[in-house]
Amino acid sequence: MGIIQKEELEKIQGSMDDKESTWIKVGMATCGIAAGADKIFNFLKTEADKRGLNIDVRTTGCIGNCFAEPLVEVKAGGKQLMYTLVTEELASKILDQHVAQGVAVAGSAYIDSADLNPGQMRIALRHCGIVDPESIDSYIYNDGYKALRKFLTESSPEGVIEELKVAGLRGRGGAGFPTFMKWTFGSRSKADQKYIICNADEGDPGAYMDRSILEGDPHAVIEGMMLGGYAIGASKGFFYVRAEYPLAIRRLQKALDECKAYGILGDNIFGSGFNFDIEIRLGAGAFVCGEETALIASIEGKRGTPSPRPPFPTDSGVFGKPSVINNVETLSNVSAIMLKGGEWYGGIGTEKSKGTKVFAVTGKVKNAGLVEIPMGTSIRTVVYDICGGIANEKKYLAVQTGGPSGGVITEDYLDTPISYESLGELGSIMGSGGMIVMDEDDCIVDIAKFYLGFCVDESCGKCSPCRIGGQRMLGILERITDGQGEMDDIEQLKKISKAMQKSALCGLGQTAPNPVLSTLRYFEREYIDHIEKKSCRAGVCQKLLRYKILLDKCKKCGKCQKNCPVDAISGDRKSEFVIDQDKCIKCGLCVTSCPFDAVIKE
Amino acid sequence: MINVKIDGIDVQVEEGTTILDAAKKVHVNIPTLCKHPDVKATAACGICVVKIVGSPKTVRACSTPITKFEEGKEFITRDAELVDIRRTVLELILADHPNECFTCGRNNNCELQKLAAEFGIREIPFAQNGVDHSADDDSTKTIKLEPNKCIKCGRCVEICQNVQDVHALCFIGRGYDTAISPAGEDLSLSDSPCVRCGQCSAHCPTGAIFEHDDTKLVWNLLNDANCYTTVQMAPAVRVALGEAFGLAPGVNLTKKIYAALRRLGFNAVFDTNYTADVTIMEEGSEFISRFTKGTAPLPLITTCCPAWVDYMEKYACDVMENFSTAKSPQQMMGALIKSYYADNMKLEPSKIKNISIMPCTAKKYEVQRDEHMKSASAEQDVDIVLTTREFSRMLKQAGIDILSLEDEEADSILGQYTGAGTIFGNSGGVMEAALRTAYELITEKQLDNLEFNDVRGIEGIKEAVIDIDGIGVKVAVASGLGNVHFLLEKIRAWKEAGSNPETIPWHFIEVMACAGGCIAGGGQPYGVQDTKRLKRIEGLYKDDADSEFRSSHKNPMVQKLYAEFLGAPLSEKSHHLLHTTYTCRATYKK
Repeated sequence: MGIIQKEELEKIQGSMDDKESTWIKVGMATCGIAAGADKIFNFLKTEADKRGLNIDVRTTGCIGNCFAEPLVEVKAGGKQLMYTLVTEELASKILDQHVAQGVAVAGSAYIDSADLNPGQMRIALRHCGIVDPESIDSYIYNDGYKALRKFLTESSPEGVIEELKVAGLRGRGGAGFPTFMKWTFGSRSKADQKYIICNADEGDPGAYMDRSILEGDPHAVIEGMMLGGYAIGASKGFFYVRAEYPLAIRRLQKALDECKAYGILGDNIFGSGFNFDIEIRLGAGAFVCGEETALIASIEGKRGTPSPRPPFPTDSGVFGKPSVINNVETLSNVSAIMLKGGEWYGGIGTEKSKGTKVFAVTGKVKNAGLVEIPMGTSIRTVVYDICGGIANEKKYLAVQTGGPSGGVITEDYLDTPISYESLGELGSIMGSGGMIVMDEDDCIVDIAKFYLGFCVDESCGKCSPCRIGGQRMLGILERITDGQGEMDDIEQLKKISKAMQKSALCGLGQTAPNPVLSTLRYFEREYIDHIEKKSCRAGVCQKLLRYKILLDKCKKCGKCQKNCPVDAISGDRKSEFVIDQDKCIKCGLCVTSCPFDAVIKE
Repeated sequence: MINVKIDGIDVQVEEGTTILDAAKKVHVNIPTLCKHPDVKATAACGICVVKIVGSPKTVRACSTPITKFEEGKEFITRDAELVDIRRTVLELILADHPNECFTCGRNNNCELQKLAAEFGIREIPFAQNGVDHSADDDSTKTIKLEPNKCIKCGRCVEICQNVQDVHALCFIGRGYDTAISPAGEDLSLSDSPCVRCGQCSAHCPTGAIFEHDDTKLVWNLLNDANCYTTVQMAPAVRVALGEAFGLAPGVNLTKKIYAALRRLGFNAVFDTNYTADVTIMEEGSEFISRFTKGTAPLPLITTCCPAWVDYMEKYACDVMENFSTAKSPQQMMGALIKSYYADNMKLEPSKIKNISIMPCTAKKYEVQRDEHMKSASAEQDVDIVLTTREFSRMLKQAGIDILSLEDEEADSILGQYTGAGTIFGNSGGVMEAALRTAYELITEKQLDNLEFNDVRGIEGIKEAVIDIDGIGVKVAVASGLGNVHFLLEKIRAWKEAGSNPETIPWHFIEVMACAGGCIAGGGQPYGVQDTKRLKRIEGLYKDDADSEFRSSHKNPMVQKLYAEFLGAPLSEKSHHLLHTTYTCRATYKK
């Protein structure tokens, strides 16, 4: 295939209708592969051939229902069904029954594709689980590069920005800065060279939205970046992807190669006179490199540490040239907006937070996975309706949004509609889309310690409030969870937090205390219990635990004594069995070894 | 111009002025710690935060420029909240810093200590025992790293990488484990590209980078009855030492220093300015010979600066043929004391211990760099080098009230100097001194105007064309190693194009590693910045202007040296004692 012109896109689309009439798709993002989807894929492919079944077995990205991987969607015999938790045995039945005979496999867990993702609205994820991420034709078949063609040939760069302004899209990396404004600043900067950069340095614990988009729909991000490049007058783009995302990188590179082969990247794209090239830059996985100025330093090959702003990247970015940096999810929305119009997008969501947002919902929830909801949807809807509520019938404690820069949302606020503003008011932030659900078994001080520990690990070390402040706060939290805390510690935490918020150089340091402040705001009682009563409600903080033998239940069998690795249990048939608390290492083996439930955790 | 308010006071500043500098205009000194005027703001410490009225954010005054968007805005630089934040940040920094002020080299002279005093820190609430980031590194025996005392301000890294272009120091590790270190795993500073210029130590706000202290060795020699101790003082020392005794920069203490050195017990007191004059005789003759007879390639490049020599050997040994073979004035003095002076005084050279007072840490390395530094005997020509800072401490230990001493003269036969010798301490001084002599020797005419203003000042690169008998001699002067690149690239390009004498970029080049020259050397009193540099420079030019003789070849004692001992410049004896060779060295030893 040579350089394609605009009318040829439709030809590709038209030629694929047959191919699209019957198929098997296997969810093959990292989440699927981790659950064994690659084996199922190979099995289906060889077995379909063996059986002489004329059906195309193909890969697709993250389908979203990550809790039920491997996922296999089948369109055959007039039925389009999503099979969950697919084993080779089930795969075999799918071929024999659904594909060969048009009958849904009885006794298996499947969902009619029409009923997938209730309550969700998929824009950024519109192609994830639908297109084959390794095929540009598959993307083109699903209206790919149509928006780019339209705007390159029919609209001015200002037209792109105007459409985005109407849409009201805000940065999905977390801060929510209006994208059209960033692009306007970029377009106004005058320079011989400008850059547009896609920030794919996603690193919040539990967040994998950007990875899934790149793995499932790389072309949508490329198309968004090219529209951005056109809007600001950049001829070059960089993808800054962390090296820990090998599959995303491979698929992205393949997508870029395909674009070049088609002439969608290169000179005079669609005959419009617009030239554009894209390069991938790998990051070493430092969380701080998601911060714009640190990201720029890293792309330039320098130590990834933030610099003071101004100058802002839109004035002086990579190699001193104006650079616009957008997040993966932001860019993946762009071509959808350009295709369907800013007004359509602007009609979704709340007054100030438009459109949809992707969340990676993980933790103590029944159906963990990737969800995309219109802004304004309540947290309750996400946790209970979309994700099936708390697992194991446990009690809801809180959700953490915004990752290590965010905060907790308690039961009282479950009906809060999700928007940049409302989450901010609760002391959390929208963030990039991590949503970790906690239940009654989670200790809130421990959670705060976890997030702070993450920021301490990821601090670049450049500025003292973050480098030392974070480390000292962590020390205080460790003291509290070890039972060594004092009431003054809470004041110290607040004092250091304030200094960090007001004097750290970059967002990482300024927001690192947020999980501590947020949990102190809603759960100060738990902190006080740890300090004054030396007790951990959830039984998580090991050093505050006490194991006890209930004498009325104890049958003096001696199993706990035998299993104790540190000889902390004394007693024999004639005397009582007692745990020496000083020797005990809280391993819990006594509890599990007791046949009579006579050992309890206090 | 932009109009803003600082704490309610109107101020008009040029666009791009930082809030810190704008505040200074209205006499507000916002507290800072990491900021140094010599380097780009690293924005590392977080002390200088200020508020913008109407914004919830605080910004760093050191690195936030006032742009047109700030027109009409007001900045608050002090209120209870800001002072509280600054104090907390300071407490955090102190909590991560060893509580060793008494035994620290920077005691009483530390920027962190000063700030702690000003903030009235009485306890350190977040203290933690055992700050241990990495081990001390004294491998160079010139500059000692004590990473535990480092507050990660980044000045040394900025200086080493971006000002000096040496790239010996960097940050390693991340987060709390961040430490200053030679750039490489398990690498000591002596294995790194470090050229020992000591600018890191001169800019370090704490005791994390400090000169290797040799004062005890000198005390021992002074007390040793079997030793004959001689001492020399470099040009730049005389106009900076006073700062350690409360004087303004640039005050010339030459004759009081001679007196103080005698009181310390040195047997003979000499002046490096004398051998600066000898250097001109040797190096100037070398230039004349290369320029008029083509005996060796041009351009000729000066080699008085040991850090520059080290840099050239590591990074630019392709220009080695252009290096003057003349030793530095320090080494010439060492060699002449242990030969000419020893002969005169009938002293056994091995009995003589030669001490020099230098503005420089690299001089500590120069005395032992190779066999040429032992030209007069089996011992080193110069035995021990003290920096100006070490010397000032010695004087205080000895209780010598230098400021009230009567003036004294240096000893004969290596003490008399000309104005040309004294300006060696300024960037451009060697060039100017050489031109004064070269002009008169080539043209055999009297030079009317001795002052070559084009090569004076603190600009990183200075260029001039000097008319010598109708021929335009093109000269360049660089100070600050980061500026050398520009010269080297031009020379390399010219060489690659065939070394056409007609298009030679320069005939004669002077390089000093430290910005402004030796007056701002790595061993000088703390707090150097351009205002101080200019004062010190002025001090030396005044010394020159006040001198009886202002050209090296007119120094009677130099004429005597050649008549009695060396014969002529570039003689065999000169070559043996006063010249050296160079070698290419690996940037990294490992």
